[in-house]
Amino acid sequence: MALLEVDNLAVTIGATAVLNGVSFGLERGGVLGIVGESGAGKTMTALSIMRLLPAAAAATGRIAFAGEDLTALAEPAMCDRRGRMLAMIFQEPMSALDPLKTIGRQVAETVFAHHRGNRREALALAREVLDRVGLPADRFPLGLYPHELSGGQRQRVVIAMAVVLRPQLIIADEPTSALDVTAQARILDLLRRLLVDHGASLILISHDLAVVAALADRVAIMKDGAIVETGATAHLFDNLRHPYSRTLFAAASSRHRQRPAARAGDATPILTVRGIVRDYRPSRFLFRPARHVRAVDHVGLTIHRGESVGLVGESGSGKSTLARVVLALDRPLQGEVFLDGVDFLASRGRRLRDLRRHVQAVFQDPYGSFDPRRKVANLVAEPCHLEVPRPSAAERRRRVAAALAAVGLSEADGDKYPHEFSGGQRQRLAIARALITNPSLIVLDEAVSALDASIRAQILALLADLNERLNLSYLFISHDLATVRAVTDRVAVMQDGRIVEEGATERVFAHPRHPYTAALLAATPDLDRVLAVRRGEARLAPSG
Amino acid sequence: MSIAPTAGAAMRRRLPASLLVGGTITAAVVAVAAVSLVWTPHDPTAIVIADRLAPPSATHWLGTDHFGRDVASMMMAGAVNSIAVALVAVAIGIAVGVPLGLAAAARPGWLDQTILRFNDVVFAFPALLLAVMITAFAGPGAVNAIVAIGIFNIPVFAKLIRATALGQWTRDYVLAARLAGKGPVLISAEHVLPNILNPLVVQATIQFSLAILAEAGLSYVGLGSQPPAPSWGRMLADAQTMIAIAPRLAIVPGVAIIVTVLGLNLLGDGLADLLDPKLRRPR
Repeated sequence: MALLEVDNLAVTIGATAVLNGVSFGLERGGVLGIVGESGAGKTMTALSIMRLLPAAAAATGRIAFAGEDLTALAEPAMCDRRGRMLAMIFQEPMSALDPLKTIGRQVAETVFAHHRGNRREALALAREVLDRVGLPADRFPLGLYPHELSGGQRQRVVIAMAVVLRPQLIIADEPTSALDVTAQARILDLLRRLLVDHGASLILISHDLAVVAALADRVAIMKDGAIVETGATAHLFDNLRHPYSRTLFAAASSRHRQRPAARAGDATPILTVRGIVRDYRPSRFLFRPARHVRAVDHVGLTIHRGESVGLVGESGSGKSTLARVVLALDRPLQGEVFLDGVDFLASRGRRLRDLRRHVQAVFQDPYGSFDPRRKVANLVAEPCHLEVPRPSAAERRRRVAAALAAVGLSEADGDKYPHEFSGGQRQRLAIARALITNPSLIVLDEAVSALDASIRAQILALLADLNERLNLSYLFISHDLATVRAVTDRVAVMQDGRIVEEGATERVFAHPRHPYTAALLAATPDLDRVLAVRRGEARLAPSG
Repeated sequence: MSIAPTAGAAMRRRLPASLLVGGTITAAVVAVAAVSLVWTPHDPTAIVIADRLAPPSATHWLGTDHFGRDVASMMMAGAVNSIAVALVAVAIGIAVGVPLGLAAAARPGWLDQTILRFNDVVFAFPALLLAVMITAFAGPGAVNAIVAIGIFNIPVFAKLIRATALGQWTRDYVLAARLAGKGPVLISAEHVLPNILNPLVVQATIQFSLAILAEAGLSYVGLGSQPPAPSWGRMLADAQTMIAIAPRLAIVPGVAIIVTVLGLNLLGDGLADLLDPKLRRPR
């Protein structure tokens, strides 16, 4: 008998249908992957099973877990099931842990809540589980607080909380999306091992097809609150029928080399960065005295006209700090930045403003990069402030219309407020804002990381088109190696504030010279590679 | 998204309910105060001992106090005093505190530290002590009460604005404005201040009610508006000794203060909603 049987689940919030006729089953020990873009209903499905839907939501349908209908249970009975039989792992390890409680207490909390032993026993159990998730006692005592751990370590604590009572079903909602690739690879390994050890079943929710394909034996693809396609992993991906699944698959697979071979000839350097050093003085960590952290350590970089240069590395490697220096938002301790051959850092006042016109930026968060109180036309025109003399109102209007048209939006959109646009549209607006001063270089700081795969593909196509038409150069900063590989000519790999490897993108990805680059590449989930492995497994041991 | 266009158009024109209710109450209070400038039922300062502690009647709508003064007339005339003192005191606090807070947030470092220490110094002196000090220089009176309460309001606004503005300075749209070459003054005015109006408006209404109470306290010890000029605060303070005999004397100014503050709170809430483009249209 199946462990979990969801039958015709429907959820409405007010008049909006969030889930519509969702049905699936999960065997004991099985792993079901749920993929789909944001708003597809993945998280709502998970919350329905846990009976943790927001108060305004109304659910119908049947959710049978181990032969018992969860929808019919009273709340106290459901509380007893949660944590003991079903557990959940959330995306953001920052907010899933209480910053005021030690990790030991938080893991022990689940044990207390189910009256499984006194304080000592609960803490002993917490210790044992933390050991099992790779946080050994000598380096990670129970008395540590969440802020003393890295993102990956925090996620291990969250996993420990979920598995401490050995639940039969674990629901992991984007468990690795907030983590770096190497941390992600280790967390996925851990999940895989725990499943084998505990014989638990897993529902793995992710927008990343490669992550799901690596772990799940069955996959369900969701769109607009319904499952459009489902099947055994390798078989499903090889025989996609629904057009939406095909788009999703195409966006995730074989993203190598969408870019035409680097155009020869133009070798005018737009940006030359030499010997940049930037320190930060962080707040005190534990009992150690405050010390300087070298965020960027003697970094040099050159970008030529029309060239797209990638900058990859994990969080904390100094990518964004370097970007801030290039944008003259931050002054480095040492080093020089030349923009179009002019010393950017030594420039002041009017000269600096004039230089700033040549380099603009697009940031990661499409929701945070626009002042919610101002109209779009106003915001897009903001960089016009750099020009002396200031362009007239009519001139600004004309240029805003042209910039909006260039990114595929209409002039009428200028009269709207930012919240009236979707994430992808906002990123188009951000590009329009960057284009308004006719810059020669645009710094894209994780500009497509927050977007869904299909939207990301559109924005990347737009960027490629602009690069071709306007001979724009890009500094493309990302932790997503697959995307960087697809859109850049050259790539620089950063680790601990240094550039450890630099070269033509294809060369670096195909034949990495530095061990760190090789490690990053190995940790990056690659759908094609994963599927090849899964197909092999499927041939060896055909599953039911 | 799925709302029919007709429903959307109808709702777009509807003002927030809190704005209507708050606006009505505030307008009524201001109207009463304005009327008192030209007309009151009786002379609010006329003492008629024979009529002392008269219950409400056709001649004395709200009765008389222990000196036989007409309470309704005193309330009307007192509205001018109390509102003027509170408004000006809050205005001083905002006019000085908000720029200080914005400056502290825009320039972390010595300027921020200086402003913070200045705040601490002002906070160290209670409003009453400050009023005593000012009175020692300039003599008692309503104007000095206003100044004392106003100075006390400055650090309240400066701290609030600094804390909320600091959050704004980390936003990407501020970064975008810096990339557009805008300086701290322009960014503070265009992006930071508009986005922290909500807490500012709420704090202003809270400070307004506190200012009315502070004025009452200062008047009670003889440092605020001087008798016979009526003020709600002093009426409340005077009624304290009469609370067992004529509770009405405390209830009337008390209710007036509550209703005025409530009206201003609602008005502030409504204004904040009206200014927020996200709430301007139905979702």
